[in-house]
Amino acid sequence: MSTVVRPPSGVVGPVAWVRNNLFNGVSNTIITIVLIACLAYVLPMIYAWAIGDAVLTVKPSDDSWWGYEFAPNADACRVADGACWDFVTEKFRVFIYGLYPQDALWRPTVMILLLFGMIGVSVNSWFWGRGLVIAWLVAIPGMFVLMQGGLFGLSFVETGKWGGLPITLIIAVTGIAFSFPIAVVLALGRRSDLPIVKTLCIGFIEIIRGVPLITILFMASLMIPLFTPEGVNFNKLLRALIGFTLFSAAYVAEVIRGGLQALPKGQFEAADAMGMSYWQKTNLIILPQALKLVIPPIMNTFIGLFKDTTLIIVISMFDFLGAVRLASNDTTWRSFYVEGLVFAAVIYFIMCFAMAQYSRRLELKLDTGHRTDAAPRKPWFPGIWGPGQNSDLR
Amino acid sequence: MRSTTKVAVASAAAVLMMGTAAYAQKTVELIKARGELVCGVSTGLGGFSVPDSAGKWTGLDVDYCKAVAAAILGDGNKVKFQALTAQQRFTALQSGEVDMLSRNTTWTLTRDTALGLNFTAVTYYDGQGFMVPKKLGVKSAKELDGATVCVQPGTTTELNLADYFRSNNMKFTPVVIENLQEVNAAFFSGRCDVYTTDASGLASIRKNDAPKGKSDDYVILPEIISKEPLGPVVRHGDDQFLDVVKWVIFATVEAEEYGVTSANAAKMATDTKNPGIKRLLGSTPGMGKALGLDEAWAMNAIKAVGNYGEIWERNIPALGLPRGVNNLWSKGGIMYAPPVR
Repeated sequence: MSTVVRPPSGVVGPVAWVRNNLFNGVSNTIITIVLIACLAYVLPMIYAWAIGDAVLTVKPSDDSWWGYEFAPNADACRVADGACWDFVTEKFRVFIYGLYPQDALWRPTVMILLLFGMIGVSVNSWFWGRGLVIAWLVAIPGMFVLMQGGLFGLSFVETGKWGGLPITLIIAVTGIAFSFPIAVVLALGRRSDLPIVKTLCIGFIEIIRGVPLITILFMASLMIPLFTPEGVNFNKLLRALIGFTLFSAAYVAEVIRGGLQALPKGQFEAADAMGMSYWQKTNLIILPQALKLVIPPIMNTFIGLFKDTTLIIVISMFDFLGAVRLASNDTTWRSFYVEGLVFAAVIYFIMCFAMAQYSRRLELKLDTGHRTDAAPRKPWFPGIWGPGQNSDLR
Repeated sequence: MRSTTKVAVASAAAVLMMGTAAYAQKTVELIKARGELVCGVSTGLGGFSVPDSAGKWTGLDVDYCKAVAAAILGDGNKVKFQALTAQQRFTALQSGEVDMLSRNTTWTLTRDTALGLNFTAVTYYDGQGFMVPKKLGVKSAKELDGATVCVQPGTTTELNLADYFRSNNMKFTPVVIENLQEVNAAFFSGRCDVYTTDASGLASIRKNDAPKGKSDDYVILPEIISKEPLGPVVRHGDDQFLDVVKWVIFATVEAEEYGVTSANAAKMATDTKNPGIKRLLGSTPGMGKALGLDEAWAMNAIKAVGNYGEIWERNIPALGLPRGVNNLWSKGGIMYAPPVR
């Protein structure tokens, strides 16, 4: 009869994890204690502000599915010590939808859901394929039609009235989707042997990189109308989208070029020795390896692009953050602008964090074991109750 | 807040150099053909142009956009609002992206001339003032020597401040903060002794942004150190549209003098014996024709937004501002409209 012998309690389990990770050595112990003291000091204050003393007014309602409805009350906020979440509930509609007409709010709602649905499907490698590309090519114009209307009996809503989350998502998604292929072409062009192609690509990348994004947007929104006759107006959102896409493409191109240069020369030579054409070599050998190498910096650039979408405020389009700031100008509520910014920060964090998580998952998935460094840690939190030490999951 | 930044001057100068002042199209015809007025407003200023919780633009500047749209198109809702930053506003008007600018803009000589713009009429008389905590015991701005002053950058506010202190032989330390809410927080937390901006702003900040129940701990000093007459702006080169905007503003003031309101305008037009009201509301024709508009132009504008007093009551008291100089000339203010005749 065999007996299961448990490992001694000092080697596995929570106690061991704490000892190994928080108190191994004098300096680490000191740091841990100092940090715990800081947290013990700060967390209660944050709790008191955000939850304990905060104001979130609700009143019973028969129409609402949860039995209550928000009843924002600025006066209650003024006498409270904590956060005024009533500001967020009062202005929620402006935060999310900007100045979109009240009677057509279902359209941006559907658009946001559709977009998240598409993204949810796209991150799943099970769906990867030509069908997904076609689905995106249908979905993106579909979203524009849904937002803009003027077709299928939908009322026309000019892009100047779009705002809030849809603007942020549209810019980020189209920026990412279109800049990536352009960037691949630019990166290949920059390493090309054809002098004209090479010069053009270098020129484009250097010019765009040498100019601040804010300048590009300013040019696109202010200077172009000066050169066109009065009354002729290109769509401002479209102009901004082109600006964002080109800007992001220049940066991503350089990242991809880094990946191309990191490949051992032998890969190119081996492909040449096999008698492959340039495109065969590029598509089958070079790009798959190079792109996989540069997933982290590409995701870095895309997260940057996502946050740069807030710059669109300089051309008076109200993205999510812009809408929050716009709503914060209401005289009654403006002393609670910090709550609005905190709300915006939470939303931005959730999206950026999701992107970062996805990139880690993608790295793991595509990892073919040629890497010389340690494997990336598993996304999200490595099981802290696991086998002691820093969890290298290999 | 309401003044030219260097960027605006530079870009507007660039506009002039490119010779775009050649626009001589009939703006009124353009607006009628388009079916809507494109009106430039601010990116959010309480009481003047700010969206409400349902996303609809409200405010005094916004109401004048609606009044002009009503006068030309007969419907005050046929306005497309274009939010413009301080840097964008003049180029947007120059390039024809907007028909008119109703964006708390101070009327100055250079703007009225070199920038290629025409100011129409004053819809709000403002001026720069100072606010201090009561406990400092300061009674006049002349006692502020050596003070630390909170001010927003990039506007004539900063310039006026420096000029005032220099001309009075006083020293000050500026605390320059871009964001309105952050300047407010800095002042109320005691980082500076004095807060300076337009008097309308000070009153509203004192009422809405002071720590709870502490509004009375702050006083606005009597000195007003600058003149800031605010009003709608149009491009050079279209006198008719200039006239239209100007007289819509005058009509709202005239209406307040006569006691014509959005509620009684239609009845007044038929019942009144006052020839002035008859001319204003179009019962005696001629005024509309002179402007190139429908005879009901002023009637429509007043029905849409009311007279000047109504526009004021709807937007400004919430800021905590008294009517002051913006009252009618007959009631101690300086709001004075030339006669409609």
